[in-house]
Amino acid sequence: MNRRGWGLGLVLIALTALAGVLALAVGSTGWSGPQAWGADPLAWQIAWEVRAPRSMGAWLAGALLALSGALAQGVFRNPLADPYLLGSSSGAALGVAACLAWLGVGPASADVWVRLGVSGAAFMGSVMAVALTLVLARGVQHTLRLLLAGVVVGVVLGALSALTMLMVPDITRAMQAFMLGTTGFIGWPAVGTMAPVLVVCLLLALGGSRALDAMSLGDAAASSLGVSVTWARWVLVLVLSAATGTAVAQAGLISFVGLVAPHLVRSVVSVTHGALMVLSCLAGGLLLLLADVLARWLIAPQELPVGVLTAVLGGSYLLWRMNRSSGGLT
Amino acid sequence: MSRAPILHGRIQRVRHGRQTVLSDVDLRIEPACWTAIVGPNGAGKSTLLRCLAGLQPMAGEVSLGGSPIGAWPGRERGRTLAWLGQAEQGADDLRASDVVMLGRLPHQPWLAPPSPADHAAVERAMLATQSWAWRERPMGQLSGGERQRVLLARALAVEADVLLMDEPLSHLDPPHQADWLQIVRELVAAGRTVVSVLHELNVALMADRLVVMQQGRVLHHGPCDDPLCHDAVREVFEQRVRLHQLDGQWVALPVL
Repeated sequence: MNRRGWGLGLVLIALTALAGVLALAVGSTGWSGPQAWGADPLAWQIAWEVRAPRSMGAWLAGALLALSGALAQGVFRNPLADPYLLGSSSGAALGVAACLAWLGVGPASADVWVRLGVSGAAFMGSVMAVALTLVLARGVQHTLRLLLAGVVVGVVLGALSALTMLMVPDITRAMQAFMLGTTGFIGWPAVGTMAPVLVVCLLLALGGSRALDAMSLGDAAASSLGVSVTWARWVLVLVLSAATGTAVAQAGLISFVGLVAPHLVRSVVSVTHGALMVLSCLAGGLLLLLADVLARWLIAPQELPVGVLTAVLGGSYLLWRMNRSSGGLT
Repeated sequence: MSRAPILHGRIQRVRHGRQTVLSDVDLRIEPACWTAIVGPNGAGKSTLLRCLAGLQPMAGEVSLGGSPIGAWPGRERGRTLAWLGQAEQGADDLRASDVVMLGRLPHQPWLAPPSPADHAAVERAMLATQSWAWRERPMGQLSGGERQRVLLARALAVEADVLLMDEPLSHLDPPHQADWLQIVRELVAAGRTVVSVLHELNVALMADRLVVMQQGRVLHHGPCDDPLCHDAVREVFEQRVRLHQLDGQWVALPVL
């Protein structure tokens, strides 16, 4: 990583530390800073048992989505690629819809879904959607075919989710919460799930980052440099799917973080994919953490769905970038 | 007695969809020699070069150093044979030096950072192509010619025995075309083999050997100053070029 990359990394870490303190102090019950934690056991309990896992979860989900976004944009050589490109969001939504719908059907079927849980159903739905995309695209060799298959799977599974909501209207409100994205339900178990997944995904992604650098010159150039393009693409697609599925399962469909975070990094520094992945994780984590704080604070004591904030902020940022660079987004 | 070829392509057929773009090619590339491939548009020049690099699915076989190219381990092949594609795009976010460092990928153990030898090879290659000055600039901010020189440096940084280049002179102005010629001459003098697809006939006529292609077949392969070679050039370009000798160098002029 070059000097500017290190500088950006340090700035992001410092901002994350500041945002972390803020996230522990701000909540729907108001402001309770570090001084209150020592004096008031309830304030400490709220900070440790509610705000801390939620804030860490928000950071982890943001980092996972940003990693997926950086991978998707690299694998597909498309700056507009986002983590949900392979149909994982529609698959996760269908998984949740099926879970919620079947919970109300009867004790026998409900038992299976209760054990699986909404998060498990979202993860399974996401993974199965990506698997379906890979089958339809007949592997990962042709990125255009993969993109088209992802679009088809996304549209079809999205329609099935809508149909499920139409047939079982009782689940509509819960589905809305999932589809808008929320960090409100993240506890320590979710943090315990996302943290190791992020570490493993990041290590695997870093292992394939040089292949991704080479693939940015085209498949032929990468092959000539001894890169096994198909193998590398398989690994990277599976990593991005696992990272996306895990984040979606815990925090719902949070938009724009995966798309914006790598753009944000690239607008400041020119770095290789390895550095881009690390810096995107830091940027994505910070973005979602800040969005989470804003979601708690803006209309306190009520909360905004965090996905609405990321969509508004992320969309505004992309529009600003688009207007700023006459040549379009890079 | 002719030397054993460093590259030997025995290509029965290459198809793009239903169209046969290359057929019945038996081409021996001599070592320590610059071979230029010429022909009209759609003659199959780039496809032939991709076949020789082992990058094109085909019916037939290509051998590198006497062994089938497909049998070479990827990284070892990457160290032996370097490839520069036609107008390689992408990598806009990478710095020029990062792109050139990719040429060292076959030399580096997995996950190991670049060694001093890698950095030295990158510097040599960028100095040779006069692209060292903008090593810190992102590729997306370079002009077409600057970008082409960085990509050429990337291919040179491999320091391979065989260098295959598809239209390496695109976007280069005449002084930098001359620089490229100088680089090729130095590579050949050092015992390296260069094969290039060229649209610039006058530059191609400076090569040691010329491969003249037409409609997916090799019409002629021989020394550039061979009259038979000149006949083949005139034939594939429908007698619309005339070859003259100027200061001991063959030049091709269009016939109006």
